[in-house]
Amino acid sequence: MNPLFGTETEYGVAVKGDGAPDPVSNAIFLVNSSPFVSLSTPLWDYENENPLLDARGFEVEGDRERPGPEYNRMLNKPLVNGGRLYVDGAHPEYSTPECVDARALVAHEKAGERIMEAALVAANRRKREMGVGFSVYKNNTDGKGNSYGYHENYLVSRTVPFDTLVAQMTPFFVTRPIFAGAGKVGSEHRSEACDYQLSQRADFFEVLIDLNTMVKRPLINTRDEPHCDMGRWRRFHVIVGDANMSEVSTYLKVGTTALVLAMIEQGREVKGVEIENPVRAIREVSRDLTLKKTLRLSRGAAWRAVDIQRAYLETAEAHFAQDVDPVTRDILTRWRQVLEALSDDPMRLSRSLDWVIKKRLIESYMNRKGCAWSDSRVQMMGLQYHDIDRNKGLYYTLERGGHVDRIVADASVIAAQATPPADTRAYFRGTCLRKFAKEVYAASWTSVLFYASDGTIKRVPLMDPHKGNQERVGSLLDASDTVDALLSRMTLPT
Amino acid sequence: MAKQEKKKKKETEQKGEEVAANPEVVEQGKQTQDALDDLLDEIDDVLEENAEEFVKNYIQKGGQ
Repeated sequence: MNPLFGTETEYGVAVKGDGAPDPVSNAIFLVNSSPFVSLSTPLWDYENENPLLDARGFEVEGDRERPGPEYNRMLNKPLVNGGRLYVDGAHPEYSTPECVDARALVAHEKAGERIMEAALVAANRRKREMGVGFSVYKNNTDGKGNSYGYHENYLVSRTVPFDTLVAQMTPFFVTRPIFAGAGKVGSEHRSEACDYQLSQRADFFEVLIDLNTMVKRPLINTRDEPHCDMGRWRRFHVIVGDANMSEVSTYLKVGTTALVLAMIEQGREVKGVEIENPVRAIREVSRDLTLKKTLRLSRGAAWRAVDIQRAYLETAEAHFAQDVDPVTRDILTRWRQVLEALSDDPMRLSRSLDWVIKKRLIESYMNRKGCAWSDSRVQMMGLQYHDIDRNKGLYYTLERGGHVDRIVADASVIAAQATPPADTRAYFRGTCLRKFAKEVYAASWTSVLFYASDGTIKRVPLMDPHKGNQERVGSLLDASDTVDALLSRMTLPT
Repeated sequence: MAKQEKKKKKETEQKGEEVAANPEVVEQGKQTQDALDDLLDEIDDVLEENAEEFVKNYIQKGGQ
């Protein structure tokens, strides 16, 4: 098993004050306020970027992103932890470095919140005199029919046919909101009205499978841009999930998905859970707060979402019965416990799952104030739960008060802001960005480019996400005080 | 939890139909309520003042 994954979080931005410019300018200002980046930041290398390839075997027409150097530097901030802070469309965005276990992923995703928060604080300090103030939210909707994404990326062997991935993962993703949902006040996008639902994103999905990520969103995205050796690997690009504040939600969301994909890779399939109308079903799952309603399966039977998830859990438990990896064992144990609690009374999980934490908080507030779900303060709470400013965010108010469970310690999150994972190519990328800051010309998922002393640019490809880790390149990097020394010790392709 | 249930059962047996409130449970309930009240006070302090306007003005460009 060679799990490898990373997540991308698009953040929402609110601005108070007069003369606020357009969202793209705001996003650029925020990202450039980050204390984690220098003025002479390297470029992002777009050479291997091609989001127009479709996994079903064709390429669509379109423009490839190729910003000029000055704009490139404004948009892109490669980070010393191996991740990327950047502007995607109109949103500031953070990508984690590549991780091999869900615990590390939680630390690096939380590190991204801290990096973004530091940028926010610095930006607000700069703008305070002008009476301008930003707020930044780690969520997925503005309540007005606009959605921005949280994407998960999983490395999957190309020996698995894409059709198999679609068939096996669709019921899993349709039902995953029962523990991974971030909770949402109200409905969106012309969907059936409701007071509260499990998922931020569910209402936005219109089709089962497509290349698009911005309109007519699909449950399964077919982007085929592996950022690695295309002959061996696929980057399964998952756009159906919510951005979570709760570490337990993030941990389970990514950990269970990685395990299910690993098991599919190894030939184990979950049988008999194909859902008749998955696009309709995800909305039904999202609106069923008791978790007691059933979904119609293609073969005619009617199963609850929790029972569909249980089919995946039990298959995984059987498949990984001999696996002693502690994170694998921990994910399986927690998955079982969570499904049991959800089956009994979801409100038992009010310390661990975002949608339950949020619901309990809002209902307590409504009780005290005597107000309804339609009240503006309730809608404000639904948004402010996701505020990444720890002095204002409601999730962080709860965390500070000891009302929620954690997965990682603060020290791990602090370390993850500046230290790359040791076990992926993020190690080489991040270490070079730190050690040779002034000599890195550009970086990307698949490359680091250096200014060599002879005046040329030398490109070091990183096509295998598992290589470039500390084990392989650690002593090489430690022993090289200059870029020339490093390059002289490496055999680069011509 | 078991200890409290046992105490409650004993009291019921002693007093017949009347069930006295178990002081331990009441105290714990009050502590939980106090903690909740404190939390809600804190929420009130940090919640955006002009909720209606803020929510109305929060519009995002669609992202991916």
